[in-house]
Amino acid sequence: MTYLAIDALNVEIGGFALRDFSLNANRGEYTIILGPTGAGKTILLETIAGLHPVRSGRITVEGEEITHLPPEDRRIGFVYQDYMLFPHLSVERNLGFGLDMRRIDRHSAITKVQEAARLLGIEHLLPRMPASLSGGEKQRVALARALVIEPRLLLLDEPLSALDPERRESLQQELSRAHDRLSTTTLHVTHDFEEAISLGDRIAVINSGRIEQVGTVDDIFRHPASQFVARFMGARNLFTGVIKHQEEGSVLSIDGIKIAVVTDRHGPAHVSIRPEDILISRGKLDSSARNSYSGRISKIVDRGPLIYVTVCVPLPFVVIITRRSLTQMALEVGMEVYIAFKASAVHVF
Amino acid sequence: MQTLSKDWMRISFLLLGGVLILFIVWPLAQTVLSSKPGILWQTLLDREVFSSIAITFYSSLIATGIAFLTGVPLAYLLARSTFPGKRLIEGIIDLPIVVPHSAVGIALLMLFGRQGVLGRAFAPLGIKFVSAVPGIVIAMLFVSMSYLVNAARDGFASVDPRLEKVARTLGASQWRALWHVSFPLAWRSILSGMILMWARGLSEFGAVIILSYHPTVAPVLLYTRFESYGLDYARPLATILILSCLVVFVGLRMLTGRSR
Repeated sequence: MTYLAIDALNVEIGGFALRDFSLNANRGEYTIILGPTGAGKTILLETIAGLHPVRSGRITVEGEEITHLPPEDRRIGFVYQDYMLFPHLSVERNLGFGLDMRRIDRHSAITKVQEAARLLGIEHLLPRMPASLSGGEKQRVALARALVIEPRLLLLDEPLSALDPERRESLQQELSRAHDRLSTTTLHVTHDFEEAISLGDRIAVINSGRIEQVGTVDDIFRHPASQFVARFMGARNLFTGVIKHQEEGSVLSIDGIKIAVVTDRHGPAHVSIRPEDILISRGKLDSSARNSYSGRISKIVDRGPLIYVTVCVPLPFVVIITRRSLTQMALEVGMEVYIAFKASAVHVF
Repeated sequence: MQTLSKDWMRISFLLLGGVLILFIVWPLAQTVLSSKPGILWQTLLDREVFSSIAITFYSSLIATGIAFLTGVPLAYLLARSTFPGKRLIEGIIDLPIVVPHSAVGIALLMLFGRQGVLGRAFAPLGIKFVSAVPGIVIAMLFVSMSYLVNAARDGFASVDPRLEKVARTLGASQWRALWHVSFPLAWRSILSGMILMWARGLSEFGAVIILSYHPTVAPVLLYTRFESYGLDYARPLATILILSCLVVFVGLRMLTGRSR
């Protein structure tokens, strides 16, 4: 049964709007909402939390309609990109805030705060004031504060965007761990394509207040439902495989094809290669690039000045070339070609 | 930061600014330093002086209290909402700073005097404004409320509204989100606004003297003593007023300084 149901929601707040917005989620599902800046992502989350009036449409959680319930009666946890910790309260009182407001008795409140702090590894921070915390610590506190109230729904508004890449990765793991443990139904908003792919089993792409497509990473990537989705995803080369360390360096294997990569990671991983980083040629390439394959052109798409060539090795690689090189090389569908790219051009995430 | 040495533009600006600072400090310092402690003490014991200072302090306190109850909610609205006429209201709040205060006294007298609409409305309650403490209070309220409302508005504006939103999602009603989050965070600004307003009320002369010559507030008493008996007789009272305002101001600076 559908746990969260958003049905034909219409909201308008100073220039931004959601129009006939519908989205469902099952209990315990982790849904990524992916869209460009200004797509109405924050408004969507704030509306679900009850912070904006709804013009028409319905929101139900567990079959109970909450469309017009005030936010304090919804029990929906909210985490903002820039944490929004209460600066005048210690970490402990920040975590306990939701329990104080719900008049939970002191004894069980203390236990719940301790539990949430333990889950996110921030017990040692409890007596500190927010101003003295690092970005990653603040975001852990914000997450714990939202989880303490045992929310029916957890809303994360770009929770990783304010962090540097290293902290981002560790908090990303923390998020997955907390979700594995608590199975709180979660909507996670981001504009970051890679974040979406590494976290969500389910992605909803939104644009200008509308859902463009909902599906698995693969669905959205391989079968974009609209031009917007296709363009937003970009013609990227995205693969999932397993990284192993070998004598000559790290190698990612996908369907029998090996790609040399530069990384410390091993095990399952996603990689992406920008189409403009791949060289294409009719003869065997004599280059220093460690990744070199031969394949057959399966598709040539003309997008004005740039041409998108898909080469199957048989793994499909998209290569961008200029119109001039297309005519120079006289490429045609079905032709045998060589492609090559450097190990350092492979982005692992 | 650049040091001041060998920077001729900054040195000349410092000298020019120094003239202005000296102009403020010198007369005040001379008045205070030339008074003898014994005479000051005697002046304080003077019943007339003591009661005028007491009336001044508590009238200004009541005015500040009224502005707190009515102006702080208004400040919150101005900081948090947009509505038609908002700029007009902001202009009205600054109005008392630019209107001549003796004209304010006349305007208030027309409304709160014995024949005025509000004067007659309050009369059955036993509240009169002419030659009475309520008159002093409304005069002070009129001329000094801008300071509190503006400070409180700036205080609320500096609190991210999303803090309140998070508080709401955590189970706080609108009132409790305000009380537990925005109010404590804006409190320092509100308090410094209250102190400023109170100090401004204390020093009011023009509007107060038109509504109430008796009971007499300290600045009015100072003026009458100067008029009737001359400089020597007025000086100790001037010293006491300057010193008490100085204490308030140093307190304020320490209070707001700590928050930075």
